[in-house]
Amino acid sequence: MARKITYQQAINEALDQEMARDQTVIVMGEDNAGGAGSPGEEDAWGGVLGVTKGLFHKHPGRVLDTPISESGFIGAAVGAACNGMRPVAELMFVDFMGVCFDQIFNQAAKFKYMFGGKAETPVVIRTMYGAGFRAAAQHSQCLYNLFTHIPGLKVVVPSNPYDAKGLLIQSIRDNDPVIFMEHKVLYTMEGEVPEELYTVPFGEAAVVREGDDVTIVAIGRMVGFAQEAAASLQKKGIHCEIIDPRTTSPLDEDTILESVENTGRLVVVDEANPRCSMAADIAGLVAQKAFAALKAPIEQVTAPHVPVPFSDALEDLYIPNAAAIEAAVTRVKEYR
Amino acid sequence: MSETLNRESLLEAYRTMRTIREFEERVHNDFATGEIPGFVHLYAGEEASATGVCMHLTGDDYIASTHRGHGHCIAKGVDPVGMMAEIWGKATGTCKGKGGSMHIADLAVGMLGANGIVGGGGPLICGTTLAAKIRGDRTVGVCFFGDGASNQGTIFEAMNLATVWNLPAIFVAENNGYAETTSSTWSVACDNIADRASAFGMPGVIVDGFDFFAVHEAAGEAIRRARDGGGPTLIEMKLSRYYGHFEGDQQTYRADGEVQKLRETKDCLLQFRKRVTANGEITGEQLDAIDAEVGALIDGSVAKAKADPKPSAADLMTDVYVSY
Repeated sequence: MARKITYQQAINEALDQEMARDQTVIVMGEDNAGGAGSPGEEDAWGGVLGVTKGLFHKHPGRVLDTPISESGFIGAAVGAACNGMRPVAELMFVDFMGVCFDQIFNQAAKFKYMFGGKAETPVVIRTMYGAGFRAAAQHSQCLYNLFTHIPGLKVVVPSNPYDAKGLLIQSIRDNDPVIFMEHKVLYTMEGEVPEELYTVPFGEAAVVREGDDVTIVAIGRMVGFAQEAAASLQKKGIHCEIIDPRTTSPLDEDTILESVENTGRLVVVDEANPRCSMAADIAGLVAQKAFAALKAPIEQVTAPHVPVPFSDALEDLYIPNAAAIEAAVTRVKEYR
Repeated sequence: MSETLNRESLLEAYRTMRTIREFEERVHNDFATGEIPGFVHLYAGEEASATGVCMHLTGDDYIASTHRGHGHCIAKGVDPVGMMAEIWGKATGTCKGKGGSMHIADLAVGMLGANGIVGGGGPLICGTTLAAKIRGDRTVGVCFFGDGASNQGTIFEAMNLATVWNLPAIFVAENNGYAETTSSTWSVACDNIADRASAFGMPGVIVDGFDFFAVHEAAGEAIRRARDGGGPTLIEMKLSRYYGHFEGDQQTYRADGEVQKLRETKDCLLQFRKRVTANGEITGEQLDAIDAEVGALIDGSVAKAKADPKPSAADLMTDVYVSY
């Protein structure tokens, strides 16, 4: 049986192996080692949840703690990428993009185009997203849709440990700026992950489950909920096809469209808020390009248009779940 | 006079400053005819700053620039002919007509871009210099920014980070007195931008930015220190711009006769000419010859820019990604 490790370990392993393979790969972020200048341990944290733990001593001089200056160090990662390095900068929580977005969307994303194709910016920005930690409104958002909107960025949203490792290695080797979205609830998810280096290509969705009745497109943590719903629906005779886009930019439109051509029904599951979301984007894509195949209105299962609440009673209502997916699938299946 | 400036260097400095001035005067005139699209911010008046700093740099050193970036580009070695075509929106421009005046960049000569975002360059220079430090290649990076950007958090963050990481970075604040219309005497809370250096643990120097020799000396010291691992420096150039914030700015916020007086009493080219010809080291004829050559170069760049083709429809969709 293949080795099983967690999503968090898969990310750490990808960083470790790529840093060993390529001396230009550097890691930086707040407390990425942890303890810089402090009297105690130098690799005290390895990132706020320990994702980069151990890299500091294995790769001397290439794991950098930073001040709490997101514009400063995210921009520094962009600048270093222009000067021959392959930096992996950690934006601790994606919510903090609010204080450094300029360096991402006006600088990194646009250099290649603005400079007539002459600049390459191979930077990776790893960032933690998603609800479920009772971390409230400023530490729980998704926001991958905002990055996806920006030409020049690539956006990666792995849903399991295997993809996390393969997609992160691809991100580091990729020559464009990449936003690598890590769902904080998935860090403890276990799965089979090869020990060797491998890549998962961008823009190739995974068909997680095959079925002829309803297509479910689910992103990140929502893939697991979709699988739960599909297993339950199977018992009721409804066969779902689940598609995990894995990257929202580039987006594998063909796999989604081909599936809907076959099933005629679509449910999109997205943990983000609904307006201008990936759910709306994919629904729009299918409405435009597979209209004739549709047998029912497209359903979107998303968080409501509210900030992420703190209390567990409210956060559990906020996060889309398997029951909501099952209900949506049932509605589109029973339409007319 | 600094001992590193031999006759050849002096002629080079004059040629660079004259090229910037001629380039900007020509863009100013051509913009007025309505032929140049978009927003254009001219560097005329500030030439000594870019020139005096960049003479210490090699092609492997990086600079980050501002929306007022033409002078930095020319001083760092970007081809003025390509720049002019870029400003005219032509396919032959430095950036194939996709960037324009505010985004001229040429990484091949270490020019990391003019920048449309005020204060955008500070963090980027921390990055190029971090790469240099990790490689140990003794290159440096210079972040040019204005008095407006001196109040941006990105610049504060970058200066702090540069000291924390002990980076070979030089922060050059070009205080031309106005952030758009707003006086730096009002918007900068302390007396001098350079006073902020101590807050970020680096030396701060105030320089007369009209005086090429003062700029050259101060920049040389800071750049040498950075190359030797001595960390960052903040240099504040006190200078002025001869034109508006952008072309079309009526500049009603300025004092009557302000620019005229500066042109007559402080102008960097006049001061330079007076100084180098006074001791006979260089003759007025030599400088006149440079003026003529530069005039011809800029004439040619404008003629070419006018004649060159615009980008084609196919160019719209290229250069977004390396691969997608």
